[in-house]
Amino acid sequence: MRPEDVETVRVLVHARSGVVIDPGKTYQIETRLAPVARRAGFASLPDLVQAIRLQRDEKLMWAATEALTSGETCFFRDRAPFAQFREEILPELAAKRGERPIRVWSAACAAGQEPYSLAMIIDDERSKLPGARVELFGSDISERALEKAQSGLYTQFEVQRGLPIRLLVRHFEKVDEMWGLKARIRQMVRWRRINLLADLRGLGQFDVIFCRNVISGFDEPTRRRVLDQLARALPSDGRLVLGFDETVSGLTETLAPVPGRRGVYAPTAARIAA
Amino acid sequence: MPRTCLVVDDSRVVRKVARRILESLDFEIAEAGDGMEALAFCRAAMPDAVLLDWAMPVMDGLEFVRRLRQEPGGEAPVVVFCTSENEPARIAEALEDGADEYIMKPFDGDILEAKLTEAGLVT
Repeated sequence: MRPEDVETVRVLVHARSGVVIDPGKTYQIETRLAPVARRAGFASLPDLVQAIRLQRDEKLMWAATEALTSGETCFFRDRAPFAQFREEILPELAAKRGERPIRVWSAACAAGQEPYSLAMIIDDERSKLPGARVELFGSDISERALEKAQSGLYTQFEVQRGLPIRLLVRHFEKVDEMWGLKARIRQMVRWRRINLLADLRGLGQFDVIFCRNVISGFDEPTRRRVLDQLARALPSDGRLVLGFDETVSGLTETLAPVPGRRGVYAPTAARIAA
Repeated sequence: MPRTCLVVDDSRVVRKVARRILESLDFEIAEAGDGMEALAFCRAAMPDAVLLDWAMPVMDGLEFVRRLRQEPGGEAPVVVFCTSENEPARIAEALEDGADEYIMKPFDGDILEAKLTEAGLVT
């Protein structure tokens, strides 16, 4: 790809999703865009970029954005945040909320491994939390990713990264060469296409938001904006879970780390006052 | 002290692949070509972990793990199946009969490391 083509794509993806693409990773950009070009019937990548530049075709621009922002993930990624959800966050909220629903949002969940990991935890813990009602939401910017998530179908490779074998046996069934989540787990998650750059006020409040390894892809103003919006969606005892390498420090006054809980943040008085 | 892993598979190629990955994870490796050989090894010196194929001549993996669990000290090793058998009912049987984790072939370094982490052998 020529540098000016890379630049066209970078500007497009940033405007649509807030994600900053490293211009040095030409190879990765090409690998991800090649299937988009092929599906849309272009003979080459320059043809695709040319069409984006001249025709501003919405469908094409979104397809390119989705292809370049989709992330790799796995079940129970990093383990610790899920252990904390199981052992602390969920039982504490269940005790406080009683029969009022606990709302959990997995934001930018790609192909759904994160919300399904949470669903399996909730299902496994159900007997210990009598009366608790949990509403689980998964969202992503990519329609394609959400379609895959909703299908609940994963390859044999995908179900062997992060998923303990006992959970595979309990919650999945074999569907030809793939592994499919059983309906009981699949039906626990409600899906919605959400761009975190949009105004999120209409979504309501969430007691727990998982938004892991997402903001690190954004530039600083976008990180601030997204974090402030997520903080506004949390009640005063709500929890935001970020990726291990992500932080709110220097970005917002509305969230503060929960001591001793790596990656877990709570809204501050500043947010509550606002 | 490095932990030991006994790799049990009737394919020398698979044993070699597994050995390379496990050595990179700081395990000391021993090899056996079937369940009987593996059981003899365990009676002499219990390993910390066993990576275990299912279908093998002489004694298969399921028979091995059943017998291992009845040996003195035989409850200690972490047993991870590594086999092309991928029927859920068969996997459940292996877990009931004493396996700790389970890898469906084909596998690679990422999967092996993830599964050993799951079994508490790699941190």
